[in-house]
Amino acid sequence: MTGAHVLNMAAAATAPSTTAVGANPMLNLGMFVGFVAVTLYVVHRVSSGNTTTSSYYAAGGEFTGGQNGIALSGDFLSAASFLGIAGMIAVHGYDGFVYSVGWVVAWLVGLLLIGEMLRNTGRFTMGDVLAYRMRQRPVRVAAAASTLLISYFYLLAQIAGAGGLVSLLLNITSKLGQSLAIVVAGAIMILYVLIGGMKGTTWVQIIKATLLLLCMALITVFLLGRFGFDLSDILGQATQHNSLAGAILAPGTLYGKNELDFVSLALALVLGICSLPHVLMRFYTVPNARQVRRSLVWAIWSMVGFYFCTLIVGYSATALVGSDAILHAPGKENSAAPLLAYAVGGPVLLGLVSAVAFATILAVVAGLTLTASVSFAHDVYANIIKRGDAEPRKEVRVARLTAVTMGVLAILGGILVNGKNVAFLVALALALAASANLSTLLYSLFWRRFNTAGALAGIYSGLGSCMLLIVLSPVVSGSPDAIFPNMDFHVFPLSNPGIVSIPLSFICGFVATLVGSRADPAKQTEMEVRALTGIGSGLPT
Amino acid sequence: MTLATDSPGRHSVAPGHEQDLFDTDEHGGRGPDFAAIRGSAEFALLRRRSRRFIFPVSALAMAWYMTFVLLAAYDHPFMSIQVLGLINMGIVLGLAQFLSTVVIMLLYCRYAKRQLDPALEAVRARAGRAS
Repeated sequence: MTGAHVLNMAAAATAPSTTAVGANPMLNLGMFVGFVAVTLYVVHRVSSGNTTTSSYYAAGGEFTGGQNGIALSGDFLSAASFLGIAGMIAVHGYDGFVYSVGWVVAWLVGLLLIGEMLRNTGRFTMGDVLAYRMRQRPVRVAAAASTLLISYFYLLAQIAGAGGLVSLLLNITSKLGQSLAIVVAGAIMILYVLIGGMKGTTWVQIIKATLLLLCMALITVFLLGRFGFDLSDILGQATQHNSLAGAILAPGTLYGKNELDFVSLALALVLGICSLPHVLMRFYTVPNARQVRRSLVWAIWSMVGFYFCTLIVGYSATALVGSDAILHAPGKENSAAPLLAYAVGGPVLLGLVSAVAFATILAVVAGLTLTASVSFAHDVYANIIKRGDAEPRKEVRVARLTAVTMGVLAILGGILVNGKNVAFLVALALALAASANLSTLLYSLFWRRFNTAGALAGIYSGLGSCMLLIVLSPVVSGSPDAIFPNMDFHVFPLSNPGIVSIPLSFICGFVATLVGSRADPAKQTEMEVRALTGIGSGLPT
Repeated sequence: MTLATDSPGRHSVAPGHEQDLFDTDEHGGRGPDFAAIRGSAEFALLRRRSRRFIFPVSALAMAWYMTFVLLAAYDHPFMSIQVLGLINMGIVLGLAQFLSTVVIMLLYCRYAKRQLDPALEAVRARAGRAS
């Protein structure tokens, strides 16, 4: 039944005149509206007031480690990783799995090196940690610049995928209709952030991540049962229904053309994930460092489980649906998981997976918007413009205003890039985070001597080299699927700048620290004690 | 809705009662004596224990991950060796990365509970006396 049925559905989706055979847009829409209604109600219930900076920015640090851990994995299980990686495995096989491994291992960086000490030293943003023993204004400007840039790129990548998803799930194929869907999704997202602040946004993540994890676990158990718990059998059937045949079991189908580019991507992935601003901010939503540890334990368990499921779902999608059907469906690779859901569970499961996928985009985009707005209100407005003397109420109002601005920019950007290949934006955001944030955070937490000059050099060299290298890469010009395919000014051979920019920022931060003037030794001592023990972190920064 | 229950004085905005221990600036007093804490034997022990675990283990985890990545990038024949049916070296090593991540996490939690948390409590007790 499966193959033919799904082909019908794919055909129906590409030709809007035909009524959809399998995909039931009304059912999908209904489930989606249901999710939005429930979450908006929850957001409204949990967030009475939200007038202090602490409750709006960090939920008053009130979440437990377990709740926060689920929310953390929610931040990570974006549509790109949920639909994208399952699709990569379905179409390209093993290389998609190699990519997913980076998303799991990266959490060790957060657990061992960053999480607990970050909680001990900061209040709301990365700027807090850096500016703590340095000259406030220049360092906060740099930290905010990095946060805003990374969040916007990541945001754009998420919302750009929304158009394709809409066409797949709701059978909307016109550009105007998709744009409208992006506007509606963006408006709901802004609503979450405005009403809910960090507490509401966290609850949306918790609900969504729980649904997503349950959904994936059930589908995986079902699939394993169907193939007699024999992974080898799934792989065998996958090779029979993929146009690449046996090649999907070995590396090289996707990254074989430029190995160094893949190594660069893997490096940015493993070092960048826990340095992304919206992940850093999640370390502040729990009361103390021990709860950060618990959050990360929960997150690692769910990530390992999730990406194991993705491996099964990805290969099964090829085995049951076939790679040709996936590539011919609207949304291409992204449609692998929804098509598989339809094949094994009919329209109801498809509707559920669709609703969860939508929810995923909404929740992740809301988290990113919140992070950006907090960074602007706390680092730029309160500490730079008002010189640390802002009225909390006003600061929260600025944060809300920034959230709306960021949301509108995301909607406009999303409409502009809808349908274009912006997959590189995720990799770019990760490379930026690994270059600009990781070096300065690690130096800050572990190196007593680190100073203002070092922080500025680390952040700006990381941001600058990443941006420059990406502009000069085949992503922007000189290849058929570049942004400017008709021009060629690329001189850098890789589309992932991480392998150059990450070491560069570590070196620049190091050299500039040695050259720069020594920081206040008393502050350095305080930072060292605070990072390890948390003693004195009740002090206003 | 649980506030800090198991760890003193970390809450930044709504100070718990434990914070009075340190007599922070918020109450108009002087802060904890960081230099004294840093110079104490308890702090030295905590720092040594912390760095002795996280530096080598992080380095090891990164090296192990990069080995996997380099093999996947450059040694396709090795990764294609079949281990069990169609399950090849590549899939086994990938799943081994998942497993090692969980193992490292569990080891760290055990180490933190047995070595880091007691050392931290000792520093806190000392800091309470010092200030």
